[in-house]
Amino acid sequence: MTFARRALVVAWKDLLVERRSKETLNALLFFSLLLLFIFQFALGPDRERLAGVLPGVLWLGFILSALLALGRTFLLEREHDCWEGLLLAPGDKSAIYLGKLAANLALMAVVETLVLGLFVIFFDIDLGRAFPGLALVVALGTLGLGAVGTLFAAMTAHVRAREVLFPVLLLPVQIPVLLATVKATEALLLGEPLGAVAHWMKLLAAADVIYVVIGLLTFDAVLEG
Amino acid sequence: MTTEPVIRLGDVRKAFGDQPVLDGVSLEVRRGEAVALLGGNGAGKTTLLKIVATVLRPTSGHVVVAGHDAVRDAEAVRRQIGFAGHGTWVYDDLTATENLRFWATLGGRAPSDAELSAALVAVDLERTASARVRTFSAGMKRRLSLARLTLFQPAVLLLDEPFGGLDQRARKWLEGQLETFKSRGGALLMVTHSFGRELGIADRIAILAGGRIALDTLRGGLDPDDVQRLYAAHAEEGA
Repeated sequence: MTFARRALVVAWKDLLVERRSKETLNALLFFSLLLLFIFQFALGPDRERLAGVLPGVLWLGFILSALLALGRTFLLEREHDCWEGLLLAPGDKSAIYLGKLAANLALMAVVETLVLGLFVIFFDIDLGRAFPGLALVVALGTLGLGAVGTLFAAMTAHVRAREVLFPVLLLPVQIPVLLATVKATEALLLGEPLGAVAHWMKLLAAADVIYVVIGLLTFDAVLEG
Repeated sequence: MTTEPVIRLGDVRKAFGDQPVLDGVSLEVRRGEAVALLGGNGAGKTTLLKIVATVLRPTSGHVVVAGHDAVRDAEAVRRQIGFAGHGTWVYDDLTATENLRFWATLGGRAPSDAELSAALVAVDLERTASARVRTFSAGMKRRLSLARLTLFQPAVLLLDEPFGGLDQRARKWLEGQLETFKSRGGALLMVTHSFGRELGIADRIAILAGGRIALDTLRGGLDPDDVQRLYAAHAEEGA
């Protein structure tokens, strides 16, 4: 009960601060819009060409936005030495990780929903029957991205070159998630049923479980430095 | 008042890379006792305080707080201490009440609205309870940071320049709080640069210089001028 309450209060705090400051959300929305404009100009109206690259483009948008959001996760804690407070708070530190992860997932969900909506409008895509499956792929992919991203953001929070180091560390670890999400998205957008991408979904689910468990088990050591 | 040491440091050394900061510090703080740690800039006072608070680990030596080893059993130590360092641990986009609620909940407490309100009244921040901390002055943030400590009942208080940035009223309140804390058997270790009335709370004065405790003496009847002379003789020569 205490563990859940501590995790919830961390998520509540992060989301409340974000709702009031809108620092990350504003940057992400502007960045996402910019990406869409660039893709739109680069890809042109060729529908066949568009269909081939759309899954990759969609996930590129998600990942670049996530890199921006996740990289800022612990910057807030550096102000007024709040990091010390998190470190000295008695109790299981994995509750802090879980709270941070929950707040990141909520933020990423807002941005992804908007990006997906804009994709539909900009590229005139009919998601139709693919939507439920696609939502599941996006949810699982986001969890994998957020689980590792939250942990690595903590690891690099005190590193001077964190803006460079964070994506360099994160992206190679994300290869299973990226592969599975892009392949599953491609198949679903081509009209295949969810059952046809079950193997990718299993890979995604397994990666998510592994990443979250590693995050929970190692966050204490990361926070201690 | 018993004489049981609550904080015990033995031959504590700390180096950052090849730069030694503490070079064999030994110090004890007993129940119901307040020790003021004095020293010049860069003497290692804050480093020492952070080692006791388990924020930093010593390079060697032993640190025992409330019977728990600060390196091997940091978690048990953290349950016994209240720490206010240079940082105020406040989030600028939360209100004063929200900040207190956050740290209390994270510390395993579920404070009532009345408790939070009382903590803010104590530091004279009740009228700004719903204001975002972003609008607070440095002194108000400091008071909020001290209000956080009143929500817990630690056995040990570790304070870095606790009177810094406080107005007269807040200083008086803090002196009262610390006296009450001592009278209940709490152990207080505070870092200060001040030789003024704040030292009145201290039962002992320790001067850190050259990485060691250059002087550890009862404050007794020492007045601020005496302390100033001792400081000049030990801290500045050892620096």
